Amino acid sequence: MRTPQHIVGGGLAVLFLSPLVWAAVASVSPQAGTAQTSGWGLGNYETLANYQAGIAQYLLNSTVVSVLTVLFTLGVSLLGGYAFAMFRFPGRNLLFLVTLAILMVPYATLLIPLYVLLNDLGLQNSLVGLALVLTMFQLPFAVFMMRISFEAVPKELGESALVDGCGSFRALLHIMLPAVRPGLITVGLFAFLAAWNDFITPLVLISDSDRAPLPLAVANMRQQVMGIVDYGATEAGVVTLALPCILLFLALQRHYVRGFLSGALKG
Amino acid sequence: MASPVTTLEQQRSSPAVPVKGSQRRRRPKLTGWAYAAPTALFVLIFFVVPVVLVARMSVSDWGLFTGDRGWNAPENYQDVMDDRLLWPAVWFTVKYTVVTTVILLGLALALALLVQESSRWTGILRSSFLVPSALGLASASLLFYALYSPQSSPLGFLGIDSFLGTPNAALWSTVALIVWRFAGFYMLLLLVGLQSIPGDVYEAARLDGATRMQTFRHITLPLLKSSLALCAILCVTGSLLAFDQFYILTKGGPDNSTITIVQLVYNMAFYGQNNLGRAAALSILILAVLLVVNVLQFRGLRGKED
Repeated sequence: MRTPQHIVGGGLAVLFLSPLVWAAVASVSPQAGTAQTSGWGLGNYETLANYQAGIAQYLLNSTVVSVLTVLFTLGVSLLGGYAFAMFRFPGRNLLFLVTLAILMVPYATLLIPLYVLLNDLGLQNSLVGLALVLTMFQLPFAVFMMRISFEAVPKELGESALVDGCGSFRALLHIMLPAVRPGLITVGLFAFLAAWNDFITPLVLISDSDRAPLPLAVANMRQQVMGIVDYGATEAGVVTLALPCILLFLALQRHYVRGFLSGALKG
Repeated sequence: MASPVTTLEQQRSSPAVPVKGSQRRRRPKLTGWAYAAPTALFVLIFFVVPVVLVARMSVSDWGLFTGDRGWNAPENYQDVMDDRLLWPAVWFTVKYTVVTTVILLGLALALALLVQESSRWTGILRSSFLVPSALGLASASLLFYALYSPQSSPLGFLGIDSFLGTPNAALWSTVALIVWRFAGFYMLLLLVGLQSIPGDVYEAARLDGATRMQTFRHITLPLLKSSLALCAILCVTGSLLAFDQFYILTKGGPDNSTITIVQLVYNMAFYGQNNLGRAAALSILILAVLLVVNVLQFRGLRGKED
């Protein structure tokens, strides 16, 4: 790499990182019209903590939804990927195609009927209902990813299970599971990021503001008191929202990148 | 005894291989279905049923609070076509999609070329460009909402009066947010394409005395076509369905100038009109258009490769 490219690259990197750095700094710096008018401190986070049901409630909502979505997605895609990769059964190709077809249908098209359907199922305003819907949105990627993970397992491994006389479920649990763990981590990471960050799904499905996940709560907070927006609290909300995602991203970057790569290969 | 794995391997390697003692196969069809059942249930309840339901809603008088009041086709579709916000929304969404796709793919390609070689430094650069894509679109929009506000903006030095006050400013400010959030993601996809180009092709070009510009135009771009097409399909689809960024940044304003199609669906259903049937009709139309657009894009891609 030549020096001009070094400079351009470095400059661009600073440009990409600066909004994040700005948000973190601005959330604790003094600013008129916020809770932190003089000196540096956590005033904006206090506003956030005391907003309506309190940030603890919204964080809890987001955590419940994200954890449930990750668990549902991992469970369904582990079994589904195993079925698609290792078994032949009638309707196998059709089911796989219909699962992938979820990608072709816009969120909004599905959310209108899902709003009615969840009411009929008694899951209106429910975090479990929200997690179920978010899991469905994750399935095309998750099932695809787990299927190719199982197909990549060397067949000697499966044969050793046969020699040991394992049933198919024990083979899955004791022999296949460790082999497909990287795939599971990628699927789980994507499910978490999607559930933690999704906005339009809870906007449509959750009308009780006490059950709103964090992105929805922070967005609603802007219309507080007579239309005057507390930008400090918004900045604090953004930092709270972004921090777990960025930490997870940095810790699991390799898995994150692999998820994108499998998507690229698919295309 | 018979693990499904062996059954599968036999079938995969060659259907002619005789199955070892069929009594040892523990009904693999049923076992396969048992493992696929959770997927099938999810897909059926939360995807197939809603798709059928939305089609039915689109031909029914179906209010948000009143529920189903019976068949009324084709009233919902007519109402959608007569909606005075429909064509401005279509026009704005298309304009936004073209602008975003051109800028985003151009920048992503430049970034991918910049970090193409592997080194410690390019690794750091790649991570820096990718970090924004870990943020949710809503979080990123809220961040830029504060960044663009007159009270808290650090961007005063740019000399821009208002980032969201005029239709044009609102469009470009939103495009800037989307480019920031997604450039790293598309860079990554293009990087995969770049790295799959064999090194000896470049070597041959160098020996033939090709300039860097010639190499880029006649080797890199053609060989990158399928990656670029994939990015274009993802970007066009994503932009046509834009919602979060406009809902948070502009709320469709100023003067309804930044209402996208999906926002119109949302407004029809939950904001003002409270008419689920009409919203369903519009979302069926969106689905149809999207299918056509994607088929055309795939066809165009295939035509070029042939």
